[in-house]
Parts: sequence; C-alpha cells; structure tokens
Amino acid sequence: MSNSVIRVGLHRGALEIKQFTRQRESVVFTIFFPVMLLFIFGSVFSGKIAPGVTFSQYFISGMIASGLVNTGFQQLAIMIPIERDFGTLKRLRGTPISPVSYFIGKIVMVFSAMVVQVGALLLFGTLFFDLNLPTSADKWLRFTWLVLLGSICSTVLGIAFSAVPKNGRGASAVVSPIVIVLQFFSGVFFVFTTLPKWMQEFAAFFPLKWLTQGMRSVFLPDSFAAREVAGNWEIGRILLSLIIWLVVGTLLALKTFRWSDR
Amino acid sequence: MSSAIEVRGLRKTYPSKKNGEKIAVAGIDLQVKSGEIFALLGPNGAGKTTTVEILEGYRDRDCGEVSVLGFDPNNLGSNGSKWRNKIGIVLQSTKDAEDLTVSEVVSHFAKYYSNPKDPLNVIESVGLSDKSKARINTLSGGQRRRLDVALGIIGRPEILFLDEPTTGFDPEARRAFWDLIRALKSEGVTILLTTHYLDEAEALADRVAVIVDGKIIETSTPENLGGRNTAKARVSWLENGSRKEVLTDFPTKEVTNLVERFGEEVPELTVTRPTLEEIYISLIGGEVE
Repeated sequence: MSNSVIRVGLHRGALEIKQFTRQRESVVFTIFFPVMLLFIFGSVFSGKIAPGVTFSQYFISGMIASGLVNTGFQQLAIMIPIERDFGTLKRLRGTPISPVSYFIGKIVMVFSAMVVQVGALLLFGTLFFDLNLPTSADKWLRFTWLVLLGSICSTVLGIAFSAVPKNGRGASAVVSPIVIVLQFFSGVFFVFTTLPKWMQEFAAFFPLKWLTQGMRSVFLPDSFAAREVAGNWEIGRILLSLIIWLVVGTLLALKTFRWSDR
Repeated sequence: MSSAIEVRGLRKTYPSKKNGEKIAVAGIDLQVKSGEIFALLGPNGAGKTTTVEILEGYRDRDCGEVSVLGFDPNNLGSNGSKWRNKIGIVLQSTKDAEDLTVSEVVSHFAKYYSNPKDPLNVIESVGLSDKSKARINTLSGGQRRRLDVALGIIGRPEILFLDEPTTGFDPEARRAFWDLIRALKSEGVTILLTTHYLDEAEALADRVAVIVDGKIIETSTPENLGGRNTAKARVSWLENGSRKEVLTDFPTKEVTNLVERFGEEVPELTVTRPTLEEIYISLIGGEVE
C-alpha cells in the first residue's frame, strides 16, 4: 500500500468526521441512543445476577460491544447505499482515489464515533450504574485490542454488506433487524447462558457474541468467568473468531464493494 | 493534431424486461481531436449518456474499440489512477456532501490529484467565491452545478467530460459558464459535451455529432450541420392579406424583384435560413424532446 493511498485515506477520514458531526441526527443516534438504552435497561433490571455482579454491569458490557456493531456495521451498511444513490461514490469513482483510501476514511470515521460512544457509556456506567473500570494493565490491553479489532471487523463487514440493499431508502429496513436480532441472540439484552441452546449456538457464528463475551471479561470480576458457557472467558477463541471475521470481511468488502448501482 | 478520443464500432445493449434486450448504442464511430470542444446532441434515450459513461470508464461495452488518452477505459489494469488523474468528469445531478462547504469539498478533492489547480482559483473561476464558506445544501441548482464543474476541473484534466452541464441555469449563468468552458479550451483542455441546448452547442462546439437510436447520423461543424450552410433561404412577405413565401438559393435576387414589384416597402418582409434547431429537428426525424 503506497503512502499516498494512506494519506488520502486519512484526509477522507477527517472529512467524514466533519460531515458526521454536522448531521445532528446521526450524532444524537450514535451517542445518546446507547446511553438512553443503558438508562432504561439499567433502571428496569436493577437486580444482581451473581454475587457482586448486577445486570446493569452485564448489560453495559454488551452495549459497548454492540456499539462497535452499530457505529460500524449498521451505520455503514445503511450509509453506503445512500451515498451510492446520491452519486457520492460515482463521483469518487471518476477520480484517482483508491477504494482502499475510501475504506480507510470510513474506518477513521467509525473509530472516532466509537471512541466517543464508548466514552459516554463508560462515563454514565461508572457514574450511575456501579460499573467498575478495569484496574489491571492486562485488562486495559485486552479492552484496547477488542475495540480495535472489533471496530475494523465491523467496518469491513458493513462495507461488504452495503452491496446487499438495492437502494438507500430500503437499506435501514434490511440492516437494522439483523443487528437487533443479533443483539438479542448474543447476550446483550439477556444473560447469554439463559438463552435457549440453539440461539447460543447460532450466535456463536457471529462476531457480536464474542465481542460481548470479551467485554464482560474486561468489566466483570473474574469470578464471573465460571458462569460463562465454557466455564471461562475463552480469550483465545474470541481473538481467533474476530481475526477470522476480519479476514472474511476484508475479502468480501474488496470483492463485493460497488462504486455505482450499475 | 492527435486524437484524444477514438471510438470504433461501439455497441452496448441492456437487458430489457419486455423484449429480451434494448440496444442503447448500435455501432458508433467517433474521433475527438486534442484540444477541441466536441458536442454530442440527441434526444433523450438516444444513447448519449451510455456512450459518455463508457468513455469515462463507468460502463463496459459489448464490442468495439475505445481509446481515451491512449487507454481503454474498460481495461485500465493498474493504470486506473494514472488515467483518472488526467480525466475530469462532470456528472449529471448529484446530491452528495450536503453538510460540507464549497471550499472544504474543492480543497479535499484537490488532494486526490498529483498536480491539482489552486482550489481558491478554481472556486473563483466558476463564480462561487462569495459562496466558498457556504454549506452545499444552501446552494441553488445552478450554483451546485458550478461546484460540480469545479470538482471536474480541480485535477487539471487533459479531457473534461460534461454531461448536460447547464441544465437549470439562468441565461446569465449560462453565458458565464460558456466563458469558463472557452477559457478551459484556451488552456488546451479537450472537452466532450452532451447537451440538450442547441444554442449551447452552437456557441461552444468546434464539431457536433447527432446521435439518434444509438447511431451517429451526422458529424459536422455547427455551421455546416445538415447542409445548413447551403440550405435554401426562405423569403416571406405579406401580399393581398395573405402570407407568401419562396425557398431560394438567391434571396438577394428575390428581394430585388419584390422591391421592383411593390415599388417601395415590401410588407412584413423576412429572409431566414434554417436555425440549428430546425436542422436538428429534421435530422432526428421531427421528434421533439
């Protein structure tokens, strides 16, 4: 990858961030919606699910994981078909820009939105819902690679999936149900181990389940690991499944990405 | 002078629900010389946009040979960036980048090219200087179009493609736009233009091609199109309350005869040659768009 591809990609990232911050709805949706959900679920289900672990602590770990899916996968799989309709991509196609620079721009934008969103969740979680921030460097390190891998994974899968909706108007109707179903199946709204076995097995094919589990390993006490499906956090499998999805997503994105609607 | 664009035997069909396929381009030959302004005229659905989009590298073709600046736009291989660096494209209407300002977008696009023009100069040349800090969603249709042109020329292209560039312009904005196109020509830019407006083709183009049903039926200068330069003149006047007219190769002689006959002023005398529009309408078989 040449220097200029990366440089143009970073410029696009800066431009996309500027555009993002000027769309009030998207800012509100990305940052306040998860915080609002946290308030609703945290207030309704305030009980303990294990010694020293409240449901809101469990839920916020899942929300951080789904935040990666919302800002990356969901946002891009909806936004790119709209950009296709509006002629943004067609115009770019007529310039020397490499698709890789365009992807880098999206990754930069998604990552920045996510940092803000995760920051907001951590802030409100610690202030109002007894969220304990990790104390060991080990766990912070794990948190960092989870966010990095998760966001890139989510971005490339969003770009890949953007080829599915026929046009921008229908994109939200195609993409949003998939994300919501995955959230239910992956242990965001419910404790994963209380879900039916087939749901758990289905969810294990997708990255969100592994991301939520990884986030729990960061934010819940290690004593809770015994209550996970395998009786431990399965850090190795989390890393492996994210890497597999990253590779698959990148290949799919490069193969299926369309600048125009033909 | 060498050719900037060469097209031979270009064909393109689209699948169609009704009868299998629709022929959009039915064998086109075209040659655009370096530095000239070439206009493609034709009714809606004649194949103008399909042809131009094949030349721009947006569409593939069924057969024929295409060369734009020495490259086949459908087979660029690793030369894609290098080729697009020399091409400027002004598409039909787009709605992108609504939340950014004019100068933000123009400066950003400058970064895609190896030797861009100065964004401030480009914004000035399209007449958007006083809008350079305005969000794009506050621009009028004509201003938006001028921004499209700015983005098409920011990379200092050797060839500029303009697809119906002045749709929605008021007369003054069109004149200003024509001056801009002439200035680009004087810099040596080759320009391929599609347009609905015959006065635009007449004002700008060195040569025009008329395309109907996917075929080019004539290529000529605007002055000579359809034998316009040698067409008979129409002499018309009022006599005994009804309009008389004569088609003639010698209008001066006809008028002299009339003056002799009437002895003084000939009532409501006009002498006209066919306008480009009349020639064009007869060429495309009387169909009005």
